Order: sequence, then C-alpha cells, then structure tokens
Amino acid sequence: MSLYRLPDRGRVDRSTPVTFTYNGSPYTGYAGDTLASALLANGVHQVTTSIKYGRPRGIMAAGPEDPNALVQVETPFPEPMLTATTVELYDGLVASGLSGQGRLATEPDPARYDAMHQHCDVLVVGAGPAGLTAALTAARSGARVVLLDDQPEAGGSLLGTTELIDDRPALEWVEAAVAELDSLPEVRVLSRTTAFGFYDDGFVLALERRTDHLGFAAPEHLSRQRVWRLRAKHVVLATGAHERPVVFADNDRPGTMLAASARTYLHRYGVRCGQRAVVFTTNDSAYQAAVDLADAGLEVAAVIDARPQSPAGWAAECAERGIEVRSGHVVTGTTGHERVIRAHVAQLTDGRPQLRSGIGCDLLLVSGGWNPAVHLFSQAGGRLSYDDALGAFVPSSSLEAVTVAGAARGTFQLDGCLADGGEAAQRALAGLGRPTAGGTPPRPSAAHESAERPLTLWTVPDPDEQHAGATQFVDLQRDATVADVLRATGAGLRSVEHVKRYTTIGTAHDQGKTSGIISSGLVAQSVRAGIADLGTTTFRPPYTPVSFAALAGRDRGHLHDPERVTPLHLLHVAAGADFEDVGQWKRPRYFPRAGEDMDTAVLRECRAARESVAMMDASTLGKIEVEGPDAAELLDRLYTNLMSSLKVGFIRYGVMCGVDGMAIDDGTVMRLADDRFLLTTTTGNAAKILDWMEEWLQTEWPDLAVRLTSVTEQWATVALVGPRSRDVLALVAPELAVDNDSFPFMTWREAMVAGVPARVCRISFSGELAFEVNVSGWDAVTLWEALLAAGESYGITAYGTETMHVLRAEKGYPIIGQDTDGTVTPQDLGMSWVVSKKKPDFIGKRSFARAENQRADRKHLVGLLPVQRDILLPEGAQLVADPQIGPPPVRMLGHVTSSYRSAALEATFALALVKGGRDRIGQTLYSTVGDELVPVTVAEPVLYDPEGARRDG
Amino acid sequence: MQLIPCPWCGPRDEVEFHYGGAAHVAYPEDPQSLTDEDWARYVFFRDNPKGPFAERWCHTASCRRWFNAIRDTATHQVLAVYRMDEAKPVTS
Repeated sequence: MSLYRLPDRGRVDRSTPVTFTYNGSPYTGYAGDTLASALLANGVHQVTTSIKYGRPRGIMAAGPEDPNALVQVETPFPEPMLTATTVELYDGLVASGLSGQGRLATEPDPARYDAMHQHCDVLVVGAGPAGLTAALTAARSGARVVLLDDQPEAGGSLLGTTELIDDRPALEWVEAAVAELDSLPEVRVLSRTTAFGFYDDGFVLALERRTDHLGFAAPEHLSRQRVWRLRAKHVVLATGAHERPVVFADNDRPGTMLAASARTYLHRYGVRCGQRAVVFTTNDSAYQAAVDLADAGLEVAAVIDARPQSPAGWAAECAERGIEVRSGHVVTGTTGHERVIRAHVAQLTDGRPQLRSGIGCDLLLVSGGWNPAVHLFSQAGGRLSYDDALGAFVPSSSLEAVTVAGAARGTFQLDGCLADGGEAAQRALAGLGRPTAGGTPPRPSAAHESAERPLTLWTVPDPDEQHAGATQFVDLQRDATVADVLRATGAGLRSVEHVKRYTTIGTAHDQGKTSGIISSGLVAQSVRAGIADLGTTTFRPPYTPVSFAALAGRDRGHLHDPERVTPLHLLHVAAGADFEDVGQWKRPRYFPRAGEDMDTAVLRECRAARESVAMMDASTLGKIEVEGPDAAELLDRLYTNLMSSLKVGFIRYGVMCGVDGMAIDDGTVMRLADDRFLLTTTTGNAAKILDWMEEWLQTEWPDLAVRLTSVTEQWATVALVGPRSRDVLALVAPELAVDNDSFPFMTWREAMVAGVPARVCRISFSGELAFEVNVSGWDAVTLWEALLAAGESYGITAYGTETMHVLRAEKGYPIIGQDTDGTVTPQDLGMSWVVSKKKPDFIGKRSFARAENQRADRKHLVGLLPVQRDILLPEGAQLVADPQIGPPPVRMLGHVTSSYRSAALEATFALALVKGGRDRIGQTLYSTVGDELVPVTVAEPVLYDPEGARRDG
Repeated sequence: MQLIPCPWCGPRDEVEFHYGGAAHVAYPEDPQSLTDEDWARYVFFRDNPKGPFAERWCHTASCRRWFNAIRDTATHQVLAVYRMDEAKPVTS
C-alpha cells in the first residue's frame, strides 16, 4: 500500500490492479478508480499547467464539476478534453494533461454510436438518496420508471460518505433499492448515463457511456456511447449539488481541493489526498471532511472557519481529535509551486484580514458552500431565486410535470433528501392519476444539529493590494481572476452575461459549475447590487460535454442523409458514371470514357445528342398525379397558363408562381383523362411542389374534389434525344406510329416499347427531336438496354446531367432555382407567353401588376457570349458596365447563373440575370474571372437553333 | 423538443410538423380589384404578436393534414388546435 492508499477503505477492487501511464510515467491503480483517484493515490496532484499563465494545476473536485483536470486520452482511441475526475481507469490507459486545448484524432473513429428512444411515466435524474427514493416510490406503484445516473454505481453523495440508513451503512440500502428496481419489469436503471439536456414537454437527452470504461476490452459489437431520447410524463430532478470554493490569492496551487471531494476520495476510493491538511470553510459541511480525514490517519492541522462562531458540536468533535479550530479566520493565500506547502491564515476583522500566519500543509481543503445543480431545471424554463441563507440559487418557479428533489433544491441533509424523493414521486404519481403504494420510508441516522448559518463569502480580500486579485482565480480553466472581473465592472459592465463574455468565466468545459456564482457574487459586490437581482448566466445544454460523434450517432457517412437512386442506378455505376447529388438523388453527371475529363466527355455527349442520338435517365423528375372532377380547375389556379383547355393525349409546359408572382417551379402537364393529369416538377422541387399544391387544396380550396399522389418512383423515365431518336424509337416500338404527323410535338402515346408497356411523350429539353419514354420502374433496365442495343448503329450515347444542362442552356431554358432565385418572374425570364391573359385569376397574377414588377430595370434572363470565345465565366460572377472599377460601392448589373462550353456553338456561353437585360442585347458588359475583368456580349437567351427548326427532326 | 397535438393524430414531436405562418389570412375574393397596397398587405404583411397567435401547421411527416393552432409566441405553449373547417376557439 502506498502512502496515500488506505488498505481498508473505498469501493475499488483491490484484486484487480490496473496499470496506466500519465504524462509519460507508469502508475498503478485499481479497477473502480477514476484517473483522478488513481493519480491522487500515487501522490500526484498536479495534472497540467494552465492555459494562459502556465501555472501548475491540480485536481480540485471528484466529479464533472472539476475546472482543472483536463486530460487527453490516447488509448485505445485518442480523445481530447476529458476530465480526469470522470475517466474511469482501465488497463493500458495512456493519458496526459491538457493546457486548455486538446487534439482531435487524425484517423477515423472506428467506434459505433447510436441512439435509443424511450417513453416513461416518471423519469428520475440522479440516483442519490432523493432520486433512489423517488424511483422506488414511483416504481412500486407500477409506473414505468427510468432512473438515470452519471456514475458507474448508484448512491450519489452516499458513495463518498459514511452515513447510515435504517441503522445499516447507507450503501447497503442503496444496493437493496437498486436490486428492487432491477426486479421490476417496467423500470430501467441506466448508470454511466448523464442527462445533459432538458427540453419541452418532458423531453430529456442523456448520454450513456457504454464501453469507455472497458478500454481495450470494449467489445466491438457494442456501441461506445448512446444518446437516449427520453420522453417522460413527469420528470424528477434529483441532480444533487456542487460544492464551491472560496477565492483567495494563489488558490490554484495543486493540493487545493474542495472539502467534500477529498471526503469522496477517502470513502469511495480509499485515497488520502495528502498527509497534513488545512480545512477552510464558511459552513458546517467541511467539518465532516476534517473529522473523517483525521479518523483516516491524516493530520488535520486546523479548521479555518470564516464565521465568527464555530458550530459547537463540530468544534467538540475537532477538539476530540486534536484539530485546532480558528473561527473568524480566513485563508488569504498559499505558498508552494507544484504543490501547496503552506496556507496563509489571518483573522478577519471588519472584513479586513489582519496579520497573517502560515500553517504548513500539503492539502488545503476549501468549502464555500453548495450550489444546487439547477442546470436541467433552468434549461427547461424553470426560474431561479437567490436563497440568502444558502448563498445559492434555488428553483423558485414550478414547472408543469417537473419536481426538483433533494440537494438540487437546496435540501442538503440526508433525512430531507429521502423525504423529498418520496414526496416528489407522490406528486408525479398524483399527476398521472396513480395511487401510491405503501412502504416504509427509509430512516437515516441523526445529523449534527447546527445553530450556525453558513456564511456567504465569495472571495477573501487580497493582502497584496498592489496587484489585488491578480492571482485570485475565479475560473481556473480560463485563468480568469478577481482582477479580471473588476476590470469588467470597471469598464462599465453590470450584466453577468456581459461579464461572462468579457472575462470568459464559465465558458470552459465545466461551464462554470464552481465559478459561475462566484463571478455573479463579485459583480454584485463591485457594482453594489444584490446578487438576487443580477441572477445567473443562462444554463444551456449540454450539462457536460457531449462529443459530436455521439450526437451524430449512426447518421454518418452514407447514412447521414437518405440516398435515392433510380432503377437504373446499378447500370450507371457499371458504366463508370461520375455521380452528382441532386437533392437526395444520385444522378449520373457524365459518363467518361477512358482518358476523358468532364469537359471532354460532356462535349462528346452533347455532340451525340445534337448530331445523332443520345439518352439520359430522367427518372428523378418529380411526378405528381392530379385526379378528380376539379383537377383541371386546380391546375388553372396554380399554373400561370391555362391547363383546362389541354386535350387528352396532349402535353403543355407550365410555370407555377408564388402569390408574390415569383416563379417557383416549371414542368410539363400531361392530360391522361378528363379528370386526370400527370405533372412533372424539377427534380429537387418534387416534395415542395406537392406540399404547395396540398396547402392550397386543404387551406383555401377544400371544396375542390382533387386528389394528389406522388408517383415519382412509380415511373422510370428515359429521355431519347437527337435527330436519330425517332429511328431508334421505331426499332423498339414497332407498333407505334412515330412520324411527325401521327405523333406530333407535345403529345403522348401509350405503346409497347422494348416489349414493355410505356407512356411515350414527345417532349424536348434540348431543342432536338426527342422522346421521353416512361415505364414501370421494374421495366427500366429492359428499356435502357433495348435502347442502347437499338441505337448502337447510330452511336447512341448515354449522357448525364451536365450535358443536359448544356443542351438546355443553349436553348435558353432556365432551371428554376439555378437561373432564378425567388425574385424572378416569368416575364423576367422572357416567358410572358406562358402567362395567361384570359384567366381571371391564378396564383401570382395580381402581383404581376405591381409597380415593382413593371420596372424597366428588373433583371432579365439573357445570354452572354465571352468576347474571347474560350473563357468560361464562373457561375455567380458579377457583371459591371465599366471595366474601370472605381472605389466601392461598385454598381453591379447582375450575375452569371449558368455557364458552359458548347460543342454546337464552338464557344463558351452563359446565362445571366442582368438589369434591363433585354434592352442591353448586343452591348458589352464585363464579368469578373478571378481577379480579371473580361468583356462579354449580351445576347438573346436562345443561342442555338432560335427558329426551332430541329424540334421535329 | 416540443409536443404538438395534431387534431388528427394526437401529440407528436415538433420535427414532424411544418410551420405555415399566420392563420385566417384568406386569399382575397377578387385580387384584381385590390389596390397595390391592399394586395401587398395580403402578400407581405403579417401580425407578429407577443402572446397567443393563431397560426397554421401541417403534420407533414405523418397525416399531411393542415390545421390551425393557437400558440403563445412567448412561451411556445400550444393553447388550442382546431381543424381548418372549425371556428377559432376562444382561449384565454
């Protein structure tokens, strides 16, 4: 046994020694240790140096509230920014201290993370005395209960104390309680699970650390961490309290520690944190630490009580053990470097420390009182008020279906906590309309009665008046001091939120669990305001840090977002297509042949479409079937042009606008029957347009008898394009009359194509003679392969979205969402012809008459031809009139919306939105290309075959 | 995450819903007869009160039905929900 590990105490497993490496040195601990307890057992207090001043820093607490002990874990997988006080020790652990900043792993994390959804009647957060009693009371009534606790075992504060319940050691009661809970079928107890966010309507997020503590022995099939998404009808918050320090000069020396934490190290881990201790307190709780440590063989040099009177009962206990008690005294500072070697003690008279004396020690325990852990309560919208007697903020408002119990609401004695838990459960059960089952409430051992109230003391006056507050650390992680707070208030700041941002206090991993209220108290003193009025900074999730990996869960890589593929996808993959994402769809962008880059492949694909025949998978087009007696009426109201006059067997192009008159989508409408239409939408807009149509139907025109059905996936669509497309179609559809008179432009026919039933449309998105063949998704491969075979002698060429874009842009066909941005009307697009003058109204019509829509300088869609014919303008490039750019602001005339190389034009070209663009045709403008300005000629948007001669082949 | 009580499905997570702005803003009877100002009032202007507000929601990820809700914009509490063809209930 080492000097610091006691042979007969603690809950560590002495039969399982564990070796680990810290800051390069090998050490030994036991299973059940945290990294912090194992370091302390080896006499190591300093874990790192501070971020700003490089000062030695040690372990200050025994839980997640520790502001100092940040470590980087290297094995089995690198992870930064963990607290040594929450890392459970495992064999082979390699870790090192961090000065405020960690290092992310450079290799991918092989671990799995997942999520679980759970509903329950009563969710209890915290398995300390209050939480356990609450869970037991609720569970015995048959309610569905979930109990969460962040530690490996239940017990909460009881793990670090020696109290009795029902005349037995409290942990025996804990063990029996957990066994009873585990035996109930409707109860789930989750340990190593931190509730980190409390949202609306009983929704709580919690992180379960499932295999972290196993280190190298973690089984691969288990997820490493799991996010629990819990929805509870009633939430009991039994989250306990955090001890806070008092701030004095050089309060950051390793060996300075919270009193109850030292007690926890003693009882829970069997670790004595030093050899000679001084205890500095403002309340009774630290006396128990002094007594327990003395009983464990530690020399306790003195208890320094800032209160004028020490509590009589505790003073007697100290006297029995030879512990000197100095009431009315404070610790004003420390001596030491890597470890405290002396506490400076002085009498406090009229708030001023008198002549100081030194007491040698290697452990300085501090208690400035207790802060109820109100984080979750506050996150859920609960209000806090300042309790003057406790010197802390406590829950003050009631939240529906939320009860706070135990130390979390300022009840610090064990009997109160046990009673509180039972009452909280009864309240929850009453709200659920469940009767409470019987059972004897647990009975704790008697506590010390005390007449002495705690004293609220945020900071001890600095004896060094020259540099007052410069080494009085408030937030140790941020190296922020009392002097920093005074600088903030001196600069005129009053709000604790502003001081937080100015000083960075409370912004580190611990989110100010020990420092936040001290900062508020200091601000209050400094600006002579009441701390009750200043309040706290806002508590926001997460309560403790949560890794992005855990939040992402399984939604990583290709599971991040659903991938939609067409029935032809595998053929495209086999053909070596390069894919692009269009919404959630994977679409072939181009089909490179050996040695081709995208430009070369696209030029080849474009030539095939314009000179012979080419084909594209257009299955991703949104397709909506509109059915019912009022189907035509609905379309008339939604499209800018007339659809009711469309005859069965015909197809019409249409544009939809918002009420503001701006184009939101375009596509084709086929009339399948008098009461049935099939419309297509832009690939990425399918869901939005279905929503749009449903919204009008349900909210404005519920009298219209129309049904809308998304049929995007039912149909596979292949576009067959080019002067030879008719010949190819004739080969695969021998029964279909394909000549122009029998099958004219903008009509559709039902026919057998490649031996499968098909709906063939004569539609062109390229200006060429073209067909769109729609078949059931199941028949898509048959169709595709038949077309490839039939077109072989014509050199049929598969093309992707990039070629589709070039072909449509050459014809000036806009893509809604690329060439428009929600501020563009059909008229701006040069498509007044698609706006009905006959219909009395349709969505958007009234807006076209607004003065704003009549302005001559609206942006119009035009073509651009770079004067130097091989310069490709970047999409998004700004356009100006004058190549001599003066000082800003420079007047922009518009921007490039689409830009490509054209095989047909043997030049580059672009589409652009330009102010008064149609009146500028023939003019020269200038476009930015990198740092250069290049001249471009404004042109009509239709650059290829403007007379439409190619449409019918 | 808030629960929103869909009048058709019952209480569901807010992520299943889609917000639709102020309720009871009817499409004008005859838009062409409106002045530019009155039309702009319909297109662009909406109340933005602190407190109870009648608004439209759609249960997009489930029944896809639109409905109306009265929600307190300060607390997010949904005070009432009602179907499109039902009259606005009196809350408060």
